[in-house]
Parts: sequence; structure tokens; C-alpha cells
Amino acid sequence: MEHILSILIFFPLFAALIGLLVDKESIRAYGIVITFVEFLLSCVMWAGYDSSAGSIQFTEFIPLVSQFGISYNLGLDGISLFLVIMTTFITMISLIGLTETRNLKHMILSVLVLEMAMVGVFVALDAMIFYLFWEFSLVPMLYLIGAWGGPQRIYASVKFFIYTFTGSLIMLLGMLYLGYIYSEATGVWSFNLLDWYMLQLPLDMQLWLFAAFFFGFAIKVPMVPFHTWLPYAHGQAPTIGSVILAAVLLKMGTYGFIRFSLPLFPDASVEMMIPMAILGIIAIVYTAMVAYAQEDIKQVIAYSSVSHMGVIILGIFALNVEGIGGSIFLMISHGIVSGALFMLVGVLYDRKHTKMMSEFGGLAKVMPMYATIFGIMLMASVGLPLTIGFVGEFLSLLGFFAVSPIITAIAGLTIILGAVYMLVLYKRTFFGPITNESNLKLKDLNGREYSALIPLVMLVVYLGIYPKPILEPVDKSVKQVVQIMYIKAVTPEAKEKIATVNSIGER
Amino acid sequence: MITPISIDMISLNIASIAPMTIAVLGALFILCIDLVRKHNDKHFYVVLTALFLLIDFVSIVSYSGANRGFFDVILIDGISLLSQAIIVISSALFIFLSLTKQRFHEYRYPEYFALFLFMTAGFQFMASSDNLILIFVGLETASLSLYTMIAMHNRDKASEAAIKYFTMGALAAAFYAFGAMLLYYVTGSIELSTISNHFAITNFDNYPLILLGVVFMIGALGFKLSLVPFHTWAPDVYEGSSASMAGYIAIVPKIAILVVAIRFFSIFIQADDTWVRSTLYMMAIITMTLPNLIALVQTDIKRMLAFSSISHAGFVLVAIMLGTTQAIESLFLYWIMFAFVIVGAFAMLWVHRTKEEPSFYGFTSDYQFDKFTGLVKTAPVAAFMLGILMLALAGVPPFSLFWGKMYLLSATINSGEIFLAVVMVLNSAIAAFYYLKLIVYMFLKTRDDNIAIEYRAMNNLILKVIIGIAVAFSILSIFWLDTILAIVKMAVQTSGY
Repeated sequence: MEHILSILIFFPLFAALIGLLVDKESIRAYGIVITFVEFLLSCVMWAGYDSSAGSIQFTEFIPLVSQFGISYNLGLDGISLFLVIMTTFITMISLIGLTETRNLKHMILSVLVLEMAMVGVFVALDAMIFYLFWEFSLVPMLYLIGAWGGPQRIYASVKFFIYTFTGSLIMLLGMLYLGYIYSEATGVWSFNLLDWYMLQLPLDMQLWLFAAFFFGFAIKVPMVPFHTWLPYAHGQAPTIGSVILAAVLLKMGTYGFIRFSLPLFPDASVEMMIPMAILGIIAIVYTAMVAYAQEDIKQVIAYSSVSHMGVIILGIFALNVEGIGGSIFLMISHGIVSGALFMLVGVLYDRKHTKMMSEFGGLAKVMPMYATIFGIMLMASVGLPLTIGFVGEFLSLLGFFAVSPIITAIAGLTIILGAVYMLVLYKRTFFGPITNESNLKLKDLNGREYSALIPLVMLVVYLGIYPKPILEPVDKSVKQVVQIMYIKAVTPEAKEKIATVNSIGER
Repeated sequence: MITPISIDMISLNIASIAPMTIAVLGALFILCIDLVRKHNDKHFYVVLTALFLLIDFVSIVSYSGANRGFFDVILIDGISLLSQAIIVISSALFIFLSLTKQRFHEYRYPEYFALFLFMTAGFQFMASSDNLILIFVGLETASLSLYTMIAMHNRDKASEAAIKYFTMGALAAAFYAFGAMLLYYVTGSIELSTISNHFAITNFDNYPLILLGVVFMIGALGFKLSLVPFHTWAPDVYEGSSASMAGYIAIVPKIAILVVAIRFFSIFIQADDTWVRSTLYMMAIITMTLPNLIALVQTDIKRMLAFSSISHAGFVLVAIMLGTTQAIESLFLYWIMFAFVIVGAFAMLWVHRTKEEPSFYGFTSDYQFDKFTGLVKTAPVAAFMLGILMLALAGVPPFSLFWGKMYLLSATINSGEIFLAVVMVLNSAIAAFYYLKLIVYMFLKTRDDNIAIEYRAMNNLILKVIIGIAVAFSILSIFWLDTILAIVKMAVQTSGY
């Protein structure tokens, strides 16, 4: 168990390298086997994780560039644990549901390399190593979107790359500055996050650094007004690209806020609570409206992603255990649900080669099972109680209620607006008469699709009814983050604010 | 009555010029062999050249004498040894690129290899002196060899490139001579250390004349470093010379001139001269930005790389402008990382030169972007390697140039130049676009017209090994970053920067 995190990171990479030798015919099976083993490994890690403590576990530390304080430093706590498991799980499911045939070997090997980068982002505790995986994840994704995407794939992929690359470079400046501050304060260079947690910074410096990190994370999330790359990327990406993008890559941004921005800049975070929440609300309301106006099913789901990411941001900047814990749960649930929805759209696209709602109608008659699963996922996306989507959304909103009931009330629109565009989508696609004759011949789900979708449905229902296995370890680790924030805050106002928002259930 | 001059051999410190002497002797040796036995194969000369460079390298690494020699004309300090090592290693890598399967005009002449060694010696002299005249002699030795070697490439554009480079170079040489003259007029010395002392004592007396001298020096050094607005020769010269020579021009002359620039400008930077500092500041920003924007619209990869290397020169100019210890360290780190990537990238282009004229396939040049369309299908390994080199140039971690860029950014931030750091970062983002362009062509576009391009005309084991070294260095650079940083730090700190 000592090196489980290194194994988790580098197993897919080595598998990808050795995979070059595997024959084209069996590469799909190879990919599924590797991701399945990776998923099992992550489950082993979960079993070995001590949920009674919220501290960072499985730490590994190897100095790499000792003169500049860069070290290979890994660790895992309740916040990253489930993100890692979700990553391995979604990668496996997306490969199971894969129907692509062109140049399959390159695609599967890129997905494996991408998996390495994604796991690396969630377990790295050294800022430079984090940045390394963070940036590197762009490369396989660029290839996935650009090589297997739709007609505008090159524009979409390059836009995705340049946009996120620019944001992250500004974040890099912030990291380098923080490293400099650390070296000024202690005399040695360090990019170790745990060392940085000890650093107390004056408020104005915190605000500047918060802004630098904000560019990196907000573009990735994406938050309005930096969201414009996402609809393109989703619209053009192949199904597997959309699934991984929505389920995992977007979560890297929100994870970054929790791992870096909150504990490193507590005063700035308190200052920015309301502005961030307003950006979140704009995302929730505005993109929900945009989603309603879309004709393309995939675009609806893409915009709904932006909308839900707004709720996650809101939960994070509630700065209390409920909000942050809820937002982490929402990250997991959104990963599962949006991943499933994109796969479902992919199923339809494979059959009809179109994603336009106007081409469909009355599908419930010809594809009853498909319609059922789509319905369940849709309800989870809307946030129906007893589905996985409800828990996270409720907790995030509950968390922010302690900060500002008015903003929370507006944010509550997410459930209503989400219901509006999702149900309209469902109505136009599945109900009514079959307007298009050729749709009569559509086949219902086949075995491969069942095996990819059924596990997702089970998770949606199970975790919706009983979220405790996830919430408990998450809460323990989030408490530690909040504690660090409270201890590190330099202004008394910020300290008091953190204390008041964390008093839910005590009044 | 002439007083007899007694020269003490020990005070001459012969060892200080041993590395250059080896290269010069090697060149003469090659010329003598040609007298005895004509028409030797190019492999013979390449191996011989490489061997002399090896001995040269060993004598650099094992140097342990005083850092002054020859009446204080030679200055062998840490950065001199380090840059000489970079010069010799990159020269050795590039000379192997001439071992192609295809025959080329220039490699039939043994003089080519003699010139190559003369040039290396010239650059080594430049890097190891603070005497303006010896620097000038080294510069001209190297440049004249270089002009000739470019012209020997016997294609239409080669002579054009050589003449363009030569005329502009002659102008730069005149600038240099004039600048040095003015400095001599003001200070009565051509030794940078004495000049520096003189300034310190007289508190920059006669400032306008000094500035005039500096302006001419900026012109001369700026020309060789291809700083905007003295950069106009670069794209044409890169385009006209063979890919291996273009790569050489991108690295080796520049590191030699960078050392001169560090020695020269540090006089003013350390004296906190606002005028010189702000001039360099503006030049750095323009040199980073302008060629970057021009590179966006290029259709020829070699021209694109030419503009991008101008932009990289702007990055290292930032380091010179800052002048702090970390900045000078980052300059060398950046250039070492850059050197290996450029070796790989230009070797890759060199390998992809087709046997037929480009017009045979309907291309306007050998390295049009379009030629690489769909390379991942026809030659996946080559495409992946070139892709990695491009990502390295763009500064995507964990590939080598990212670390150089990161260290340089860190040096910039530590000097409090946040705005400059933001400009650098934005420029990196712009640059990512045109590096990605090649990746887009190779990986994302597919060729519809099915032209069967014979790419492997140039391929052979030795070229593959060179490219392999470059790519391996790029991918795994994080593992030897610590070692390189230690060497660079030692070299820079012992030189007193």
C-alpha cells in the first residue's frame, strides 16, 4: 500500500507504452482490462484508506530538484479519494461504451495517458508536480477532440488548448511567486503544498495570488465569462472525449479551488465569497437559459454542465463544511450523471449520426429501455430527491444559505430551470408522435451499452439513497481544510466570518 | 633603447587557450590531410571533427588553471567554461547531422569541416575574453566561416542567405568597431573590467559619448542575437541554409554572443543605469512579442522556427536585463534546454527533406506545413517525436524547455517585474498556437490527395540516435534538472554574477 498512488498514476502510462505492442484487433479489450485493473487498484486504495481520520494519507516524498524545492510529493485525503475513484471508474465505463473504430489504437492509448494525468492532478501535493499533470492533461485531450471530433474539431481543440493553457500560465506565475515568498520567509525554496499551508500572507498579497490562481481554475471549471471554449469542445468532441471532459477534467478546476485557493488564501476567499457566488449565479441562470435555447441535445447537456458547475462554485465559497462537502459530492455526482448523459447522446448519435432534437420525437416507443435510463439520468441531473444529484445540490445550497439566503434563493432556480430545459429536451425527443419515419427502425440498447450504463444507473440510485459512504470521509477532510483556513486567516473579520458560516446546526 | 620584454611562460597560462587551440589545430590537420590524400569520404572528416571536438570538450571540463591568461586578454571563468561546453557539445551533435544518406554539395569539401572547427574556435574565443578586440577577432573568425558554410549549400536561396547575412553582418561588425572605439575614447581601455572600473571611478563622466558607444554595441550584439529591430536577416538565413545549419545558427552563435552581452551589459545593469536598462526592457518586450505575431502566419516551418527563435532570444534578453544571479542562471538553463530541443527539431526537419525538389510534390518549399499533413498515419514515431519537440518548445510540462521558462519566470518575479512576467506568459500562450499548428497538421488533419512522399531518403541510424537523444533529453529533463541546475549555479556564482 505504500506506493499505491505512484502505481495508480504510472500504471496507465506504462500500460499505454507497452500497449504499443498490442495488436489493433485486441486493443479495445486491452484498454478495458487496463482501466478495469486501474479501477480495482483504486478500490484497493479506498479499502486501505483510513476513513476515521481526515488527514492526508499514502504520502510519498522524493526530492526531485532540491535546489528549487520541487519534489515528487503525493498524498490523498477524503477530498481527492473519491475524485480519483470516479476518474478510474468513468475512464473504464467510457472505454466499455466506446464504439469508435477509426484509428482505435491511438485513441485508447491516449485515453490511458490522459488517465495518468488526471489521477496525477488529484493526488499531487507539490505545486509544480500538480501543474505538470494539469498541463499535460491538455495534450491527450487535444488529440482526442482534434482527431476524432466533428467537422469543426480543429478549431474546437485548439481553442480548448490555448484557452486553458493561458489560464494555467497565469496560475504558474502565482505558484512561482508563492514559492518565492516561501523562500523569502524560510530561506529555502519549496513548492510543497503542505509547507505552503503554514504560510500566512497579508491580505492584499492574498488577493493578487487569488486572482492568479483564479484564472487557472476558473477557465478550467469553466466559470462565466470564461466558459466559451466548453460548448465548442463538447459539441465537437467524440463521445468518449465529452464524457471524460465533463466528468473529470472540469472537476480539476473546482478541486483546485478547494486544494489551493481556500487554504492558501483564506482572507481573500472570505473577501471573494460574494463575487464568486455572483459569478456562480450568473453561470447557473444564464447558461440554463442558453441551454433551453439549444437545438442540439449535446449542447443542452454541455450548457447544463456549466450551470451545475456554478452550483459547485457556490458550495465551495460557502466556506463551511456543508457547502464544501456538498460541492465535492456534487462533483462526483455530476461526473457520473453528465458522463452518463453524454454516453446516452453518443448512443443516439451512433445510430442516427445526428444530435438535433428536431430529428427525433416519440423515441420512447421504439427505444423503451433507452428512454428509461435517459429518464433516470435526467432526473438525477435535475436533482430529484433520492437520486445522486439531489444530495450534492441540496448540501451546496444549504451551505450557502448560512452566507446569504437571497443568493441561495436565486441559486435555487437551478433546480427549476434545470427541470425546464431537461424536461423539454425529454419531451421533444422521447414523447409525442414519431415524426421521422426512419426513427421507427432504431434499435434499443445493446449488450455493450447496457454494461456501460447499468453500473451508472445503480450508482445514481444507490448513492442517492445512501450517500454516507462518500459524505463521511469527505466531511472529515473538509473539516481540516476549514480548520486550516480559520487558523491561517490574518484579519479578525475573516476569522469571524469563517466561524459564523460554520455554525449550521449550532444555533 | 628598447627594453627587452621577458615573457614568463607560466604567467601566460597556456592552458587557458588549450581548448581553442585544439579546435584550430584540428582544422589545420584536416586541411593537411586533404593535401596528402584527396577525395576522402565525408564520414572520415565528420568523425575526425567529432574527435577533435571531444578532445576540446575534455580540455574544457578538466580546466583547472587561473582564470586569466595571455596578459589578461583571456578570461576563463565559470560562464566561459559553461558556454564553451554548450558550444562544443551542440557543435558535435550538429556535425553528425551531415551523415545523411543523401549527398550534399558542401560535405564534399574538406574545407567545410575545417571551417566548422575554425568557427567553433572563434565562438570559444568570444566566450572566454573580456577584451573587446579579442572578442571582435573571435566574432569575425566565426562569422566569416559561417557565411561561407551557408553559401556552400549550393541551392538558390543559400547564396542569397549567405550574402544577406554577410552584408548585415559586416554592418554589425562596423557597429561593433565603432562602439568599441567610442568606449576606448572615453575610458582609454578595451578591457571590460577596466572600463567598468573607470566608469565607477569617474561616475560615468562624459555620459552622452558612453551612451553613443552603448547604442552601437546594442546594434552589434542585437544583430547577432537577432533582437528586434535587428532581426530581419534571421528568417531568410534560416530558410536559405540547410536545416542542420539553421539549427546551428539558432543556438551556437547566440550562446557565444550571449556571454559577451552578459559581460558587457552587466557593467551598466550593476551600476543601475536606467537608460540601458529601460532600452533593454523595451527591446525584450518587442523582441518577444512582434516575431511571435509574425510567426503565427508563416506557412513554412523553418521560417516559423526562425521567428520563434527570435522570440526566444527576447526571453533570454529579459535575463540579461534583470542581471540578478538567478536570472543569469536561468539564461544558461534556458539555453541548454533550448539547445537540445532545437537540435531535435531541426534534425527532424532535416530528415524530412525529400530527395526531389519540393515543386515535384506541388509544394513551394521543403518545409511547408502542408507537407506534414497526416504524418501520424505514414510515420507515427516521427510524428510523435516532432510533436513532443513542439510541445517542449511551447513550454508544456514536463518537457525540457518548460523548466527553463519556469526558472526564468521565477527570476523575473523575484526581481519584482510582475508586468514583464505577465508579458512573457502571454507570449508563451501565443507561441503555443503556432507550435500547435504543426501538431494539428501532423495529427489532426488528414491528407486527401494521397501524394506518396518518400520521407525516408535521409534517414539513417546516426540521425535517429541524435533525434533520440534530443527527445529523451526533453522528456526526462526533470530527472537531470537538478544536476544541470547545480552545474549552472556553480558556474555562474564562481563568475561573480
